[in-house]
Amino acid sequence: MARLGSKASTPRDQESLWRDEFSVFQERERFVSRRQLIKFLTLTSLGMFAGNLWILVKSWLHRDESYPRVTIARAGDIPLGGVKLFRYPNANEQCLLIRTGENDYAAYSQKCTHLSCAVYYSREDNQLICPCHNGRFSVRDGAVIQGPPTRALPHVVLERAGNEIIAAGISGKLEG
Amino acid sequence: MRRRTTALDGTAALIVLLLIVQVWLLSATLDAYLAGHSDAALPGAICSGLIFAATAGLYWFAYHIDRRR
Repeated sequence: MARLGSKASTPRDQESLWRDEFSVFQERERFVSRRQLIKFLTLTSLGMFAGNLWILVKSWLHRDESYPRVTIARAGDIPLGGVKLFRYPNANEQCLLIRTGENDYAAYSQKCTHLSCAVYYSREDNQLICPCHNGRFSVRDGAVIQGPPTRALPHVVLERAGNEIIAAGISGKLEG
Repeated sequence: MRRRTTALDGTAALIVLLLIVQVWLLSATLDAYLAGHSDAALPGAICSGLIFAATAGLYWFAYHIDRRR
């Protein structure tokens, strides 16, 4: 009885949530839909904040990432303008080693920074080309020359130890 | 009622503006991170958190205006 009494004293529009959310009054209906829109926008903002936090956590986790030193070729193995494929820093990451000069070598990840298609070296154009969307990268520094990619190709840091060419790290982020 | 509706419209418009900035911030931070520059991650997260706090404050404001009818 006491519960019934207290229920009767409650204002009708505060009685239950469904009356509020599914108002029969058109004016209130507008209010409800606007509040729902604002709630949705606030949740969207929370989602984007979570995305930024995710990037922060990922960058902290990979802050001190170390790469192995791996011998990938010998100096005479590749002809001038030639290419050798190798996997670095693990078996899933395919990279290109290009001999650009008599004693000059450059190495890049083979995954295009647009949609991860495999890029190839075009000796005629002296560029790295992605066949999927015709993205082109400079052999000199991996920078984007044209096409949809917006980021440079990850660059494999090379070292020379006598006759050996050694991969010693990655500058830039590997895709996927 | 009309003033409350205007206040809610203004709140929604402000939140939309903040969201546009936050979308830009998220895409810029992600782009920098994928390019290997992790320095932008912390300021990006702080700014995004401030924007979310402002959005939540505006939502709180709208909620109380709506409840007061």
